[in-house]
Amino acid sequence: MEYRRRAFLGAGATGIAAAVAGCLNSSNDASEGSIAGAELALATTTSTYDTGLLDEINAKFQDRFGVQVAPNAQGTGQAIQSARDGHADVILVHARSQEDEFMRDGYGVNRRDLMFNDFVVVGPSDDPAGVDDTGQATAALEAIADAQATFVSRGDDSGTHTKEMGIWAEASSEPGGEWYQETGDGMGDTLMIADESSAYTLADRGTFLSMRDNFDLEILLQGPIEGGPELLANPYGIMAVNPEIHDNVNYQLAMAYIGFFTSPEGQALIANYTANGQQLFFPEAEDPDFQQYVPEGWQPDSGGE
Amino acid sequence: MPFELITEPNYLRSVIRVSLTVSLTAIFVSTLVSLPIAFLIGFADFPGKRLVTAIINTGMGFPSVAVGLFVLLFISTDGPLGSLDLVYTPEAMIISQCILAAPVITGVALSAVESVDDAVRDTAYGVGGTRTDVALITLKEARYGVITGILAGFGRAISEVGSVLIVGGNIAYADGTSKTRTITTAITFETRRGEFETALALGAVLIVLVLLVNGIVMRLGGR
Repeated sequence: MEYRRRAFLGAGATGIAAAVAGCLNSSNDASEGSIAGAELALATTTSTYDTGLLDEINAKFQDRFGVQVAPNAQGTGQAIQSARDGHADVILVHARSQEDEFMRDGYGVNRRDLMFNDFVVVGPSDDPAGVDDTGQATAALEAIADAQATFVSRGDDSGTHTKEMGIWAEASSEPGGEWYQETGDGMGDTLMIADESSAYTLADRGTFLSMRDNFDLEILLQGPIEGGPELLANPYGIMAVNPEIHDNVNYQLAMAYIGFFTSPEGQALIANYTANGQQLFFPEAEDPDFQQYVPEGWQPDSGGE
Repeated sequence: MPFELITEPNYLRSVIRVSLTVSLTAIFVSTLVSLPIAFLIGFADFPGKRLVTAIINTGMGFPSVAVGLFVLLFISTDGPLGSLDLVYTPEAMIISQCILAAPVITGVALSAVESVDDAVRDTAYGVGGTRTDVALITLKEARYGVITGILAGFGRAISEVGSVLIVGGNIAYADGTSKTRTITTAITFETRRGEFETALALGAVLIVLVLLVNGIVMRLGGR
């Protein structure tokens, strides 16, 4: 009750929100009813949810639209799968290759770049493998493999795991052997396991910063935000599930959410969100960028692929 | 941080409420199903009775993640119950907890019914009781065992994490109100993000609940 009243006041105060809500109401047919009391199913990743950013954004969205957001935090692979199965209205993930496949297969529509941060290689402060001196992502993992130093991998098809596999593919060493351990858990769990066993791991900066008070782990290789290699960039994308494929999804609500998240207000919320005094995510939806609407690396003259 | 301290009591209360609502509903439903089955099998003599009993006892040890997976496939969009849109709802968690608790309740109640001394039934017949009278007498004799079964089923349901995580999705709204986040899944989530105080508080609540249930079971068992 309380949040609905606030939503009403908020909508009254801002013409934009009222106009959008009005559009949604009038374009809904009678069987759909109004959006008030509806619920938006968001499939997302542990790296965004565990930092608390989504709670902040979703609370504002609920104030504005009177709609509850039900976030389901999984790995990127699992989040995309649940969207393919029609169990989500909108997905927010970070593995461009998997996002492109999702879009190409027709399950997603209206993808937008949302925000970015970067990955960092973290490990014990005494740094037995000498990662600190490498300066490159591939060289860092090669150093760990050469030293047979324990490396903890997510191993769960998440965006972080996809990135890690991409780096291994470019590196000259192969992951494997007793020093290479897969947790199959979320980022927080994996960081904790790495901390307990004085191991290295690849982590997104957001989760690492939001939890660093609990750890002895240190950042040994920075990502591009702190001048590190571009290979460690971590962009997040948001897309609506195609209502042509799953008629149970709430497409209009999904688009309202994407609109709010990529609006100046939503982007400002991202930029102002901090943990332990540090910014975790950087807005990326403000400047129009053609590349967000096409598969990664697509060129007009490349014949469509 | 201060934000979380303010919202935490509401958050904890909401998580506990969802946990209790789901598990108590599941136990209520599975009791309604399990007790008639236990009595039917307990009273009847038929070939294959030992096999049926063995199957029920096996069911007591069903791994909860496997049950969660089967329920998910069942209620998924392409599954037989897909049209009901049950994925990531409390109802889905109730279904999986019912399946987990039913064999426990049936098994314990069945052994309680069977352990009622034959002499009691014979006497009841002997003094001219109808079949219903005999059934009621047996039920009265077996009541502590039956209650023990129900409580054991509740203990299984409330402390189970695998299936509710799979079919429920561990969802809470931004204001800290839980939709499908139970005590157990909240503990895994809060541990994952390093909020150990919240995880410990919930762990304490869960342990107290289970201790309470076990205390009642032990008291009843001692009679």
